[in-house]
Amino acid sequence: MKLRGYIGGIGVLGPGLNDWPQTAAVLSGKKPYAAAPTVLPIPAMLPPAERRRTGRVVKVALAVALEASSSAGADPAQLPSVFSSSGGDGHICHEICQALALAEREVSPTRFSNSVHNVAAGYWSIATGSMRESNVLCAFDASFVAGLLDAMTQITVDQQSVLFVAYDTEYPPPLHAKRPIPDAVGVAMVLTPERTAGSIAGIEVALTEESADKMTDPELEALRAAVPAARSLPLLRLLAGGVAGRVVLDYLDVSRAAVQVQPCT
Amino acid sequence: MKVMQPLLLAEFTATSCIGTGVAPTLASLVGQRSGLTRCDFETVKIDTHIGEVAGVDAQRLPAQLQIFDCRNNRLAELALRQDGFLDAVEAAAARLGPRRIGVFIGTSTAGIMQTELAYRARDPVSGALPAAFEYGTTHNSFSVADYVRRRCRLEGPAVAVSSACASSAKVFGAARRMIQAGLIDAALVGGTDSLCLTTLYGFHSLQLSSSAPCRPFDVARDGISIGEAAAFALLERTSEKVDGDSILLHGVGESSDAYHMSAPHPEGLGAKRAMQSALNAASLEPGDIDYINLHGTGTPSNDRSESQAVTSIFGPTTPCSSTKGATGHTLGAAGALEAVISALAIRNGLMPGGIQTTRIDPTLTAHYIKENRRAAVRRVLSNSFGFGGTNCSLIFGRAG
Repeated sequence: MKLRGYIGGIGVLGPGLNDWPQTAAVLSGKKPYAAAPTVLPIPAMLPPAERRRTGRVVKVALAVALEASSSAGADPAQLPSVFSSSGGDGHICHEICQALALAEREVSPTRFSNSVHNVAAGYWSIATGSMRESNVLCAFDASFVAGLLDAMTQITVDQQSVLFVAYDTEYPPPLHAKRPIPDAVGVAMVLTPERTAGSIAGIEVALTEESADKMTDPELEALRAAVPAARSLPLLRLLAGGVAGRVVLDYLDVSRAAVQVQPCT
Repeated sequence: MKVMQPLLLAEFTATSCIGTGVAPTLASLVGQRSGLTRCDFETVKIDTHIGEVAGVDAQRLPAQLQIFDCRNNRLAELALRQDGFLDAVEAAAARLGPRRIGVFIGTSTAGIMQTELAYRARDPVSGALPAAFEYGTTHNSFSVADYVRRRCRLEGPAVAVSSACASSAKVFGAARRMIQAGLIDAALVGGTDSLCLTTLYGFHSLQLSSSAPCRPFDVARDGISIGEAAAFALLERTSEKVDGDSILLHGVGESSDAYHMSAPHPEGLGAKRAMQSALNAASLEPGDIDYINLHGTGTPSNDRSESQAVTSIFGPTTPCSSTKGATGHTLGAAGALEAVISALAIRNGLMPGGIQTTRIDPTLTAHYIKENRRAAVRRVLSNSFGFGGTNCSLIFGRAG
């Protein structure tokens, strides 16, 4: 069975990358890349009480998930989802570990609840009312392709559309020195088993031993190398170009993912 | 999800506070013994009970994998060494090829304790963490999946599933999809979560941990007891020559609550949806299930919500119990541990009674059993639910 389907909507957020149309313009060379700190919108889709509790990891994941599902014209409440991230909320982790290093060891209950790796998936389900299944993954630097593979198996095996969200945020110091992710990056796609009116491109994914493609722009290549979700940049560049092609994305030490794209024009 | 092809649970092993390996685990279940003890873990000062696995600190990882050294991976190592599991995986890799076996491990906190300890040893001037502290191979959620794949020399797709206390039930779903898609022929699935300060102090801050050993479904239940465990299984496609005594994974059902980050849906709607979806995937009716291994954490809200969900599908007669009075709540390892307990229930014709519970809450309508029952157990449904409102139900059964 080939892992094959269609991309029906894309969401992107990252340093100097504000949404998919602007990112596509940058990646296709129509606009220059201007690095700037990632601007994370307040998740207006959450009730105010929940909104206040959300950290950067939830904000980036919800923003790109919303952009992808809206542009695909999909009802998020009906979409199963795959959330893949190389870490949980680094700021919460820092706060908890700092509190545990003090004599009082007072851990905030809200911080603890939000420390779970599936925090973004949980808030997405609350915000959209979706009771569909949500798989939440981590494969360290291989997290983008790990999530893509799970999403692709859902559309091929179960013949159902799925929302795939890959996202990472930075750890504050002192953890930052051990895990130097520079800023928040999120990439989301709605994947469908069949072509629809809104399909952007056909996609086929297979494992390969070839080396991963790199970005030609040195700043974008640095971003790709530094943030696991940005390992998707060669694929996004191909999609932005609007022509058929094939890219190899970084995955595990022993394997990479070959992704073939055919625009739906 | 559509109807799934059953998968063979070719090998399995479990290590928790009630036993290192399946034989002592079964003996504890038969003897209705609990492994919960008063908390004296590390420097923790909380009035609670824990399910600590003996001998974790004494475990040593192979020399070439020392970079993975932490309590969580030591626990994984201890568990992998039981029941001939490593040999069985090696034989499977020789038969199928290491690229054709995927690794799917559930964890909630992995080796976060390394970071907790590192924060106590920060440089007094710069605030830096100790030079020897490794993040990626200990604290990161993937570290245990990466450890297991390297330890077993497997080269297929590998991932950690980290959706709180449903993590290592959901690994069966991810593995099922990848096997069915033909990307792999077999999967090493499992879960590992070890005691750490984050969860002990975190659940305490939410007032969700009991001072007494947890009493699921008891009228006086007042919270969880945190345990640790590692459990693994080798999932393969079934063949026509499969033995009648073999254990199969018949169905996986997953859902989300869309309700609250740390409280279950009051009527258990998400739980109900997961159980129904597992039955649909297995093409089974509620009456086909002989025993339900509940999530049954022992918090007032979980047990109430789960009881309602169970009763709404199965009515008030299907025997069910929680084994967390014995093992504690092993968080991200609970799904895999209870999958193994479900397999033991089927293999040995044993419905393990829920221990620690003295008086069953009369307002809970599910048919909770306190005493062990010896009866033919053909099919078991096992529930795992987690923070974030994530739910997963698994159905296991005899092949013949």
